[in-house]
Amino acid sequence: MPCNVQIPTPLQRFTSGATSVACEATTLPALLAELSGRFPELKDRLCEPDGRPRRFFNVYVNDEDIRFLGGNNYQFAAADEVMILPSIAGGSR
Amino acid sequence: MSYELGLRCRDCGKLFPSQPLAGCDACFAPLEVHYDLDAIAAAVGPEDLRARPRSMWRYREFLPVPQASSERERPVGGTPLVSAPRLAQALGVRELYIKNDAVNFPTLSFKDRVVAVALSKAREFGFKTVACSSTGNLANALAAAASAEGFEAYIFTPADLEDAKIAGTQIYGARLIKFQGNYDHVNRLCSEMAQRFPWGIVNVNLRPYYAEGSKTVGYEIAEQLGWRLPAAVVCPMAGGSLIGKVAQAFQELGQLGWVEPSGVRICGAQASGCAPISRAVKQGREEIEPVRPATIARSLAIGNPADGFYAARTIRNSGGWAEDASDSEIVEGMRLLAQTEGIFGETAGGVTVATARKLIEQGKIDPDRALVLIITGNGLKTLDAIPASTTTPVLQPKLRHLEAYLAAPSPPEAIPA
Repeated sequence: MPCNVQIPTPLQRFTSGATSVACEATTLPALLAELSGRFPELKDRLCEPDGRPRRFFNVYVNDEDIRFLGGNNYQFAAADEVMILPSIAGGSR
Repeated sequence: MSYELGLRCRDCGKLFPSQPLAGCDACFAPLEVHYDLDAIAAAVGPEDLRARPRSMWRYREFLPVPQASSERERPVGGTPLVSAPRLAQALGVRELYIKNDAVNFPTLSFKDRVVAVALSKAREFGFKTVACSSTGNLANALAAAASAEGFEAYIFTPADLEDAKIAGTQIYGARLIKFQGNYDHVNRLCSEMAQRFPWGIVNVNLRPYYAEGSKTVGYEIAEQLGWRLPAAVVCPMAGGSLIGKVAQAFQELGQLGWVEPSGVRICGAQASGCAPISRAVKQGREEIEPVRPATIARSLAIGNPADGFYAARTIRNSGGWAEDASDSEIVEGMRLLAQTEGIFGETAGGVTVATARKLIEQGKIDPDRALVLIITGNGLKTLDAIPASTTTPVLQPKLRHLEAYLAAPSPPEAIPA
């Protein structure tokens, strides 16, 4: 059951410009692994060496911070809108 | 031109040229402005400041702003550092000062400082429209400054923001939009906006520049103490930016030799109903766990503080501590400050006083050495937080009625407990 992952602007250059990606993973660790597998350049941006998400970005599921939904234990549902967003946003001109 | 060299990542150190960018593209960590401190040291000394007006622009060499003064610059900052002997006695310390940004120009909070720098940079970058997400004080400050300086402004707030803060923003002509949700929802949306719209969002894509304005609180404290650093400061924490910048200001002055580089215990204050940074400090954790805010101190109601990690680190590295205050303790803190020193701070001020009391009781603050409490906003903005007095007397306008009232066995106190 795929969820839809929005890719933030600063990372789109690692997804060949894709602004969103459908993922089959059911948990956040699996999601990060799936994204890293499909887009290897994303791995170091998103994950610490041990696979944990890096400190300065947030993950939202249907506009709610995933840490309030159970974090790594949250089970993605079909059609969940997942957003990866730097906690400190970059900008556009 | 200023003494800024550009932007630098706080985590990986990557350098960027000056631009409206707040996050590192390599590691997403926050960026900060960095300066040629040696050039600043060569260009200016404390004695050069004496002839300058008492405003934040007094310290312009340390800010990412044009170095020539201009009429456009308004008298922001330069707020009083008030000696507070009665509050000192109530708290059990010997030497206490209030840094009183409750009377800052023009909108009565420290946010006027950060907005001033952000708009200077917005002008330099060619933005026509500026914006922010806000719990209230930033909204007021940006709306006022944007109108005075000819920018269009969008202000985004949570839907339940106090009426006084809404009115105090719209009066300047800014376009205010409320969102259903709390500040963290609004702030997250602003991150998305920064990717979509060509706006200078002062606490998002202009954040590194905005943050620099807070350093002037620290410079002023040091100069007002006679180029001396206090032993400790207590500073309220919302997003966690101010406290780190005050610490940085003290550190820069020490590095330049303008003050004895003595360690200052940097102490943070939060509301118990929204204390992600305070909890991390008290539990010895590096990582900040977000919370859903539930506190009358709405100006501090940021459950996911963007600079929380660095605020906690600054506190720990300085030998400081953090605490937090319940809603009733917050109101009591507001009352204590008002009734001992005649200063009416907003709820964040009550948080700061109540937290200082706890830190002193816990032995985290040396009671015999200089302590500064940073009061960041005016109490008139958070009147909702003060319970209405139910015992205000209403008398006939006759002298004998007044005499009888005053002579009564126990006329009610002016403000009931």
